[in-house]
Amino acid sequence: MNIPDGILKPEERILFSLRALYGSYGYTPYKMRKFESYDLYAGNKDFLSSEQIIAFSDTDGTLLALKPDVTLSIVRSGRDEPGTAQKVYYQENVYRPARQGQGFREIMQTGVECIGEVDEYCLTEVLLLAAESLRAISGKAVLHISHMGLVRRLIAAAGLTGEQETRAVQALAARSEHELTALCREAGCADDDTAALCSLIGLPASPEEALAKLPCMEEASCLSRVIGALRDTPAYPMLRLDISTVNDLGYYNGLVFRGYIDGVPERVIAGGQYDPLVRKLGRKGGAIGFAVYLDALERLQEGGDRLDADALLLYPPEAEPAEVLKAVRGLNVSGISVCAQKAAPGRQRFGRTLRLSESGVKDDG
Amino acid sequence: MAEWLTVALPKGRLGEKVYARFAEAGYPCPEILSDTRQLIFENPELKVRYFWAKPSDVSIYVEQGAADIGVAGKDILMEYRPDVYELLDLKTGKCRMAVAAPEGAWLDPERTLRVATKFTRIAKDYYAGLGRDIEIIHLNGSIEIAPLLRLSDVIVDIVETGTTLRENHLEVIDTVAHLSARLIANKASYAFKRERIAALMTALEV
Repeated sequence: MNIPDGILKPEERILFSLRALYGSYGYTPYKMRKFESYDLYAGNKDFLSSEQIIAFSDTDGTLLALKPDVTLSIVRSGRDEPGTAQKVYYQENVYRPARQGQGFREIMQTGVECIGEVDEYCLTEVLLLAAESLRAISGKAVLHISHMGLVRRLIAAAGLTGEQETRAVQALAARSEHELTALCREAGCADDDTAALCSLIGLPASPEEALAKLPCMEEASCLSRVIGALRDTPAYPMLRLDISTVNDLGYYNGLVFRGYIDGVPERVIAGGQYDPLVRKLGRKGGAIGFAVYLDALERLQEGGDRLDADALLLYPPEAEPAEVLKAVRGLNVSGISVCAQKAAPGRQRFGRTLRLSESGVKDDG
Repeated sequence: MAEWLTVALPKGRLGEKVYARFAEAGYPCPEILSDTRQLIFENPELKVRYFWAKPSDVSIYVEQGAADIGVAGKDILMEYRPDVYELLDLKTGKCRMAVAAPEGAWLDPERTLRVATKFTRIAKDYYAGLGRDIEIIHLNGSIEIAPLLRLSDVIVDIVETGTTLRENHLEVIDTVAHLSARLIANKASYAFKRERIAALMTALEV
């Protein structure tokens, strides 16, 4: 069945195309239970975006939770097989507190996880899928890429540890050169180390130029190889090396990225390498994945010229049902959606108004 | 042609001072200074749009993308932690977040310290760093009265000249943070208008 334009909400249309995209790279769908054991989340709160979880007792007294996250369940569900990586995608609702204490929200989320023997091809593939996901959403999108390992090494090289390390990451995340400089001064860092750290904020937008300015270290080479492998893909123009794309140091340990599309004020994709979680849950190797925040896309349809139907068909009270139905179906066949009413509804919007009379259907002026 | 740049400015003296800096930097919109009931002011030639907002709301407009950039006090950024870039210290509106107590007061270290403040999070973080057990008393204004009426032992508040404190026989006993106005940007706006915002930053820094 062909679904006419305008019927699907943007997030629904995007879900279909993302499913096809992930399937085309051999990622299989992962379906999880609606509820998970509360212990899974309670024991891994460091890896959740919020410590608050909706918990309740099952009929046998077991403590369950409405899932705040999908990744933990996926990591736990897979088995390690030498030479392979578990490649899955999911489309699930998760339950998390909204920002600024506005209570819990149900968030529709889709995403990709690649867990196991994750090599640089896997990193490249997931980065490509993230970029292609953005392209499926909007023609005007950018993917900001960074590397937590590189950031951590440069911060350590400057002699910042503990609380100072956290503050340095925060300053980088806020692109605040002034805060980073003040912190380095306060900590007595060498001028060269301070300059090296601060230069990360001002890296050029073009990946080629930015990569050329990175210090010579393994993490920079990894970034260079992975980004370089995407050079001949349509995704390449969307890539930006942006070291401010840093996340909680405990969760991500390697490549991290965040995607934006024009018209949506927050990130619509976030992801990265999260090897520590994989090891904590007793599996070998590493992992990389990302989530697409479909709730953020609601903004895409805002304002707009959306109509409730292409046409309003007004019919007289005495009209025969068969006559009205014939008129509606006739318009439907021509691809026009119709709302048949005896009088115009108050708060609905239609492209035009038609009137059914004995002489047939006519424009109502 | 460049895209529009929407700027949220804080109402009041600081906002007017900051607007003057923007105008000097080559982003004027003279209408904004006229006595009018208009809420949004545009310079179509430069494609820049300004609006005034309550100082504590500027970061909300920017975080939610209603404004691409804005000017907010460091106190607001520390208290609400909006998910925005903090691009530049404008070095204006300088003051400090301080702890003040009645002159010569002795604060019993074995007792829970009662702290009156509008800046709950800043106070909590500050005392958590010191490992001090506190009880927060959230007030929305006239914080200085709290220790005078024994509602609290100390206050955590913004101090500019210290005159109000002195007049009420209070004294600063510690500085929590040095504050000033900061240029902030929405992260998605920065991704798509990076050159425009970078040019503005350079012009503001000169």
